[in-house]
Amino acid sequence: MSRVRSWLRLFFVGGLISYRALFNWIRPSIYIPTMLGAPLFQILFFTYLGRYRGLQTDAFFVVGNAVQSCSMSAIYAGTMTIANERWMQTLSPLLASPANRIALFLGRSLPVIANGIFVSAFGFGAGRLLLRFHPAPSTLPPLALVVIATVASCTALGLLLGALGLRARDTLFGANLAYFLMLLFCGVNVPLGELPGWMSAVGRCLPLTHGIAAARRVASGASLRGVSGLVLTELAVGAAYAAAAYGLFRVLEVDSRRRASLESL
Amino acid sequence: MKVARIVWKSWVFHLLNLTRSGFFVLISMLQPLIFASIAFYVFRAGHKPGTLLYAAIGAGLMGIWSATLFGSGGAIQWQRWQGTLESLIVAPPPFIFVLAPLTVATATTGLYALCGTLLWGRLLFGVPLHLAHPFLFAVAIPATVLSLGFLGLVLASTFVLYRNANALSNLLEYPVWLVTGLLVPLSLLPGWVRPIGWVLAPTWGVRAIREAALGGRPLPAIGLCVGLGVVYLLLGTICLDRFERLARDQATLSLT
Repeated sequence: MSRVRSWLRLFFVGGLISYRALFNWIRPSIYIPTMLGAPLFQILFFTYLGRYRGLQTDAFFVVGNAVQSCSMSAIYAGTMTIANERWMQTLSPLLASPANRIALFLGRSLPVIANGIFVSAFGFGAGRLLLRFHPAPSTLPPLALVVIATVASCTALGLLLGALGLRARDTLFGANLAYFLMLLFCGVNVPLGELPGWMSAVGRCLPLTHGIAAARRVASGASLRGVSGLVLTELAVGAAYAAAAYGLFRVLEVDSRRRASLESL
Repeated sequence: MKVARIVWKSWVFHLLNLTRSGFFVLISMLQPLIFASIAFYVFRAGHKPGTLLYAAIGAGLMGIWSATLFGSGGAIQWQRWQGTLESLIVAPPPFIFVLAPLTVATATTGLYALCGTLLWGRLLFGVPLHLAHPFLFAVAIPATVLSLGFLGLVLASTFVLYRNANALSNLLEYPVWLVTGLLVPLSLLPGWVRPIGWVLAPTWGVRAIREAALGGRPLPAIGLCVGLGVVYLLLGTICLDRFERLARDQATLSLT
């Protein structure tokens, strides 16, 4: 019983404390322009581009970009939750502790997921107010569930990139590249059917793709049961990335101890 | 002669320095190719006629703006972090001759974006590269880069006052792409947006390059680009002088 309590304590309290410590530099003057302002203008930019080219409706671009905006938190913060420990020279004491690695690992993703949901919700709200996007109120609960599943799977990709931070010197380069490539490959602004076969195949192996497809169907009136296949696929993709992230983290942890390279930058 | 030497050497130094930065490789080489690909697919899939060269040029200019925005916006902050800002300020040459080459160098790295998106479009999407006015195209590019570089100088000098300038840079990327008509014509945007675009160099830069490439009269846009560049240079000089004095008086130069 005490082991379970300890696990839960590490998961919830440890996750929250590590988030506050690693992101203590975030204040409204940084958060608002970066996490709310940039996604808002991204939604406007691509919606107007779509209108200009006569490609799809406003709802297509609002949903695609609002869901994708959660990946900003998921990818960057997911990466930083691990890589920044190394940067701040706190990784060695952390790994010297007997803390359960799964609780340690997953607990850190909770605040990241919560932030991603907030950013996405802001994007949907802005789209509702500023563009021709008027989803029925009954679509909001299933839409929220789809966003939660999507941001969770994107966070798993962020953790995988963060695990690479145990070895790579510049993890933000990888996070930036992954973020922009997802904009192209995941059907955010270009329907998957318009992409070459190999690109849509790559997109289907990435988080976000199935989540966006599900969110678009839900926003146009489909029930949660009607998109359950897409949501489950999104969760399965996320679980695969989470497992890969955990495996890579453990492999690199052991290897870094052996090579004494934990704190070498 | 001395001033010309300082400006030239600084420009070359910063250009080499920036091309060795992973972040700038991403901003000025990889990101524009990704956005150009998105633009090509959106243009192809859309139901309206139009040339992909229009999209290639727009995506290239988006890259130049991103490089200028992140490079110039963070110029003073980076010098602060590296501890070189005080040395540069107290050095005998006026600070404007040190900072302007840096901001122009950031815009120059954006040339990779323009060349990259044109080549990317040609090789992967079969975008024809027949230029209507090759000479004016060659004139329009440096005029655009210089005016964006001097707009970067205004950004760099005003961002001195804003401690989290990098966050402001994150915010300003998409809105300027939108209000300067790089991919979306200004006529589609609400009327009140257009005057904002008129005072921003990318509006005239993209118009000059597009009209030189696709046909039209690029000279007025080139002239406006150069004119705006001169205004930015004057504005940047005044702002920098004021803010430098303010920072010296309040001893806030090295505060991060």
